Amino acid sequence: MDHVQNATERARDQVETLRSPKVIRVTTSERTGIRLTNLTKSYGVVKAVRGIDLTINPGETLALLGPNGAGKTTTIDMMLGLIRPDAGSVSLFGSTPTEAVDAGVISGMLQTGSLPHYLSVRELVTMMASLYPHPLQVDDVLRHTGILEFADRPTTKLSGGQTQRVRMAIALVADPEMLILDEPTAALDVEGRRDFWESIRGVAARGKTIIFATHYLEEADAYADRVVLMARGRIVADGPPTEIKARVGGRTIRATLPGVEVAALEALTGVASAEQRGEGFVIKCTDANSSDSALRALLTQYPQARDIEVRGAGLEEAFLDLTGDETEGTSS
Amino acid sequence: MNLVYVRYEVLRTIRNRRFLIFSLVFPLILFLTVAGAHRHATVDGIGFPLYYMTGMAAWGAMTSVISSGARIAQERSDGWSRQLRITPLKTSTYFAAKILTGYMMGIFSIVVLALAGTLLGVRLGATGWLTMLGLLLVGLIPFAVMGIMLGHLITVDSLGPAIGGITAIFALLGGVFGPLVTSGALLTVVKGLPSYWLVQAGKSAVEGGHVWTAEAWIVIAVWSLVLARIAVRVYRRDTAKV
Repeated sequence: MDHVQNATERARDQVETLRSPKVIRVTTSERTGIRLTNLTKSYGVVKAVRGIDLTINPGETLALLGPNGAGKTTTIDMMLGLIRPDAGSVSLFGSTPTEAVDAGVISGMLQTGSLPHYLSVRELVTMMASLYPHPLQVDDVLRHTGILEFADRPTTKLSGGQTQRVRMAIALVADPEMLILDEPTAALDVEGRRDFWESIRGVAARGKTIIFATHYLEEADAYADRVVLMARGRIVADGPPTEIKARVGGRTIRATLPGVEVAALEALTGVASAEQRGEGFVIKCTDANSSDSALRALLTQYPQARDIEVRGAGLEEAFLDLTGDETEGTSS
Repeated sequence: MNLVYVRYEVLRTIRNRRFLIFSLVFPLILFLTVAGAHRHATVDGIGFPLYYMTGMAAWGAMTSVISSGARIAQERSDGWSRQLRITPLKTSTYFAAKILTGYMMGIFSIVVLALAGTLLGVRLGATGWLTMLGLLLVGLIPFAVMGIMLGHLITVDSLGPAIGGITAIFALLGGVFGPLVTSGALLTVVKGLPSYWLVQAGKSAVEGGHVWTAEAWIVIAVWSLVLARIAVRVYRRDTAKV
């Protein structure tokens, strides 16, 4: 991983140093972003997170992708200092999570939680803004999150989607260096999701680091620069969305093709990889489009193909595939 | 201290109607009906309206300061405490805002009861009023701490009954509704309660500072310290980073 910082980032560091004295200790040399080292957490016999190592560069938008129970929330809670790891450590811009929280450098949107009663939306966001050293303008945040029209409504009279937007406004008004979102779109409808990611893109465009947990591959693909795939408390893949999508969002074609070379199959349109299993072949394609083209090409060139089977791997299945031969309970 | 945060904490409390009913309306109605019927009686050496006014003010203010802290239970159950823990808000500010809010509502109860008392003929000099107010505020300290403790100890479901029960028992034993015991071994026990001294705060307004003895300071201090120790323990248990 390349840690060289470009000029814009350095300039940003300087501006922030001027804006908030508390950020001074986050010097350019220390600004290694986020570093998780051998992060480990168990609940009784359940090993929620099994020794994660991860470095996140400032300005990255990273998706923690994984099925339920993969350890995403536990990882996030440790990054926010809500949970103490059994082993390993979290470093956020050179600080501990608690220091980063106290300095207002990070903010987050937790997976659960309702809003306090007897306040209007605007009052609540104003109250939360007052906790941070250099918050954004409350009205700007209300506008960007699309809650201006119900800003004077009591927090108890909101729909699920509206509540979620308010929780996001609370995280955004802090104007943090790093935003951590735990399954932020879970309660939103399609339109709400689109608006939500629109706002997040705006935050990312200002050079902020964003980490979000999701179990939607499409979300990770569409909005993250980098996807970290978690399963059973481990990182099983880490890379750009296209790469991860190819690994988990792909389709698999199985066919019996006597007398065909692997190399010839790999040369077909739409084929990402192919491997031979006896007379049969397992051909991997990155998505539905490419598997369609691959299938067409395959049938045209090799009419002798039989026992053809096309399968789209579900996330869950793809994860199990990636974790491979590992069985529950073994921890090497 | 973050004044914006405190302002909204106070606002949230004022808007909570149930809070106002129990800390203000109940004591006021009881005072007007009971003391109104015995305007010229005397009890425990002082005029009944003054005795009952202090008692009801103490009861209302006690309910205010306990409830304010105990509402932490609601914020815990809503997951709001977790959200606050990932902000720069200091725990001490969080507690201070709760105590301050409770005290503000408590002072409001005391002032309203004082006005009602004046209506029923209670007359005190400026020194008398200030002595009563000052000593009431001191006597409320253990109850404010108790509120914070309860907020981390009980669940939302038991919040109402717990506050109602605790304030009623302390008020009754302390002599808020009229002196329960005036002599004997039982009086020694009752004198060990902070609520007994809340009632004495009213007496001191007429009879002078000697009513508020060294024992009063010791009882208030011991209750406050012991409850604070328990509160810190339950808070740590509750927010333990498991």
